[in-house]
Amino acid sequence: MAEPMARRVGLFVTCLVDLIRPSVGFAAATLLEDAGCTVEVPPQSCCGQPAFNSGDRATAREIAAQVIVAFAPYDYVVAPSGSCAGMLKVHYPELFRGDPNWQPHADALAEKTYELVSFLVDVCGLDRVKARLEATATYHDSCSSLRELGVRDQPRRLLATVEGLRLAEMRDTEVCCGFGGTFCVKYPEISNAIVAKKAAAIAATGADLLLAGDLGCLMNMAGKLQRDGAKIEARHVAEVLAGMTHEPAIGVPPRRGAA
Amino acid sequence: MVDLAPHTATSPWFKDNARTALADAELQNALKFVEANFIARRREVAGQLPEFELLRDSARDIRDHTLAHLDLYLAAYEKRVVEHGGHVHYAVTGEDAQRIVLGICRKLGARTVTKGKSMVAEEIGLNDFLEAHGVIPVETDLGEYIVQLRQEMPSHIIAPAVHLTKAQIESEFRRVHTHLPRDRNLAEPTSLLAEARAVLREKFLTADVGITGANFLVAETGTSVIVTNEGNGDLTQTLPRAHIVLASIEKLVPTLEDLSQLLRVLARSATGQEMSVYTTLSTGPRRPDDPDGPAEYHVVLLDNGRSSMLGGAFRDMLRCIRCGACMNHCPIYHAVGGHAYGWVYSGPMGAVLTPSLIGIDRAGHLPNASTFCGRCEEVCPVRIPLPRMMRSWREREFEQHLSPATVRSGLAFWAFFAKRPRLYGIATAAAARLLGFVGRRWGRFAWLPLASGWTRHRDFPAPQGATFQAQWKSAERGRLARSYVSSAGGQSGKGTGGTDGRDRRAPGPPP
Amino acid sequence: MTPRQLILATIRRSLAVTGTEATRGLEVAARVIRHPPGVVPERGQRLPAERLDLFARMVKAAAGTVERAGDPTDIPAAVAAFLRAHNLPLAIRRGDDPLLSSVPWERAGTLEIRLGASDGNDLAAISHAFAAVAETGTLVLTSGPDNPTTLNFLPDVHIVVVSASDVVSDFETAMARLRGRFGAGVMPRAVNMITGPSRSADIEQTLILGAHGPRRLHVIVVGEP
Repeated sequence: MAEPMARRVGLFVTCLVDLIRPSVGFAAATLLEDAGCTVEVPPQSCCGQPAFNSGDRATAREIAAQVIVAFAPYDYVVAPSGSCAGMLKVHYPELFRGDPNWQPHADALAEKTYELVSFLVDVCGLDRVKARLEATATYHDSCSSLRELGVRDQPRRLLATVEGLRLAEMRDTEVCCGFGGTFCVKYPEISNAIVAKKAAAIAATGADLLLAGDLGCLMNMAGKLQRDGAKIEARHVAEVLAGMTHEPAIGVPPRRGAA
Repeated sequence: MVDLAPHTATSPWFKDNARTALADAELQNALKFVEANFIARRREVAGQLPEFELLRDSARDIRDHTLAHLDLYLAAYEKRVVEHGGHVHYAVTGEDAQRIVLGICRKLGARTVTKGKSMVAEEIGLNDFLEAHGVIPVETDLGEYIVQLRQEMPSHIIAPAVHLTKAQIESEFRRVHTHLPRDRNLAEPTSLLAEARAVLREKFLTADVGITGANFLVAETGTSVIVTNEGNGDLTQTLPRAHIVLASIEKLVPTLEDLSQLLRVLARSATGQEMSVYTTLSTGPRRPDDPDGPAEYHVVLLDNGRSSMLGGAFRDMLRCIRCGACMNHCPIYHAVGGHAYGWVYSGPMGAVLTPSLIGIDRAGHLPNASTFCGRCEEVCPVRIPLPRMMRSWREREFEQHLSPATVRSGLAFWAFFAKRPRLYGIATAAAARLLGFVGRRWGRFAWLPLASGWTRHRDFPAPQGATFQAQWKSAERGRLARSYVSSAGGQSGKGTGGTDGRDRRAPGPPP
Repeated sequence: MTPRQLILATIRRSLAVTGTEATRGLEVAARVIRHPPGVVPERGQRLPAERLDLFARMVKAAAGTVERAGDPTDIPAAVAAFLRAHNLPLAIRRGDDPLLSSVPWERAGTLEIRLGASDGNDLAAISHAFAAVAETGTLVLTSGPDNPTTLNFLPDVHIVVVSASDVVSDFETAMARLRGRFGAGVMPRAVNMITGPSRSADIEQTLILGAHGPRRLHVIVVGEP
């Protein structure tokens, strides 16, 4: 039987993962390698969303062009983030519409870009993971994942195969957490009001673990939960699926002393 | 009396308005109902109609087609109105429309006019203008009547008093309806409604002129369409001597069949009903053998910037059929309500339309106060790409240097690095090390310089200590990611959350 | 330039057209003449008997009430019974509608019939609908001396008679009937499409019936489809 060609994946690690929580990137790479992909990480900075959503189209295009060039060699571009994947998949073509030089390349990149979990399930055909974790978790659907990329069932399907993990759905999973990129710092009180509702919904599930596919949302929700003194920990769904939960959860200090 | 003319919009003070709204306990209580009821009802009724998504496509296409031929449909519409004995008046600006309406009222010697709900009338500040010129307008939609008593703007385009509690409404009725016995019982909503019915019935029967808006104008027949649940629009337009329809030019639809398509998505999107109770098609004044109906029928067609919008980036906004679904689903609207937006139109549709009508310099906050969650676009019956349009406004602001200087410079600083990945890598590695070191003890920051917007309400997680890219680069070629254990994790050898017994080696110290 | 000219000129400039293009003119004329129907839900597409059942269900779902009558001679008794059941005086207003005029009202004995438009002093009125739409339980009434519009809105109680054969599947069929009756591009002063009694949810989103229009809507479907 012929071995299938390994899928050559360029990992778009995302600026938040890169700076704040690299373990998510390693979890993503682990999952991709386990699914038979080769993973490479070209030099990268950001998808350009902050500029794009602030109306600075020129900077957004410059950054997008960088990304398009850097990720040209790969079969697939995978990001552990719905909002960054959405930026590449949905908005890069918008940025270059009508530009005969760049539009074909933007379209080509969009075609091969995926959010991590939907890539694993929809492209690699992954239907279970080998991870084990004794916990009750609740999953938040980030807006981009849900509405730009149609990611909803895939993470739940894989989480259901994590031995020992129980999934408790919160009400209003599909409601925004209030992060919105620069929104949360431009309109902090409104963002706070929105995340307070989300925190209440999370707490009402009785879960001890909050999961999502976007680090921005997770930082926002975890930050609020911690400020409120809630006992819920937050992780990126990739960490749980990869069985790499030895890292402290988001915003939790490292344990002192070796085990 | 609150002046609703554009120059007094409080949209520039959106942040203050929002702050006030967030602290308003009664408003927050009222908004909970908006979030719970409207969303559930729409979902249920849409789920009961298998063709709903196809109807949304059809509605969008009809609106697009009409807008692309608006000049011709307007002319066709006008011709039919006149054939039926009606009058058509064109108003370029809000002031023009005010003058036309007043002119008609004066010619008829009108003292009081009843009004069906009309957002266009709010847009041009018609009520204040009429009052200032000796004509008394009486709002007849219950929600509009209530906010008129309170001298407020409506806070939602289809449920004007949605921000009020029963107690607030009762106290308003007691304050104003002084001809009724003081000791009457108004504890139940039914008694409040009965009182409003009786008070307004008097006004209906004695009004000289009735003014309504129009949900749609049908070109095929010269017909104006209003959609209500109360029947107030019908009493407004049937009983007085004259009916004035105040409608903006983009309300046109070509045929009665096109109207049917739009009606199927309007009520479902707005209130979760299959049909509103009263959908009325009015064409011209009473006929010679009509025993009732207005002797005169006037249509005032308002432009107020729409004809220019047709040629620009915000043309799709003209598809809007004013259902309110977008604001019913908006997390920002749920948090602050409609008044915070500072003018007539609120929620996502207000965020896109208001800058077109009163200028982006005054309404700048509105398209900025969005997380782009996309729920609005998801439910819009005519599929307006609302987040994309809000972004277009942000682009215009950026081009015109209207965003605050701090935001611009912050962005420029970030962009400098983001455009240079290698430099970015160095800068972020340094930042991650520094913040990771400082934040190691508690794992998070309760306060960060330059990030007080975040840390006022939330903790900020400390970085793990070395950037991903730095660590990935420092790994040997071909080493598998699964053997990674980060330095911040501090585990040597053993992993928790037992997995599949994978080999774990601690790497060297971070570069 | 008149306001009309200015507005049309701005529209044309925005659309980058002159307004004299033949294709555009033809497109508009064609759409108005052909009035293509769009997406018509399957729901109303029922055989006549099932259509009546659907209509009745939808009327009730909109808080109306509905009964069947074998033929117009049954109407007076039905009206009297309804008024009595709701503790209303035995008086009802109607227009010159031929069907309602032909009904043997004397069979209801003491039922007082008032003729013509309402001035607001009637508690009950009866109209004969032009058609009804099964899809949503909607009645279609047209203005005129036969069925004055004020009867639809002023009284507390509105009884509407509709012939079973006039209960159509969908809005498009109703619109086609209007066109057939009045002519292409011609409409009566008012067509009221009524679905249930008047209501408001403006007070804390509590649904209450009887806002400004009738508190009760009762439909009598007469005859066989």
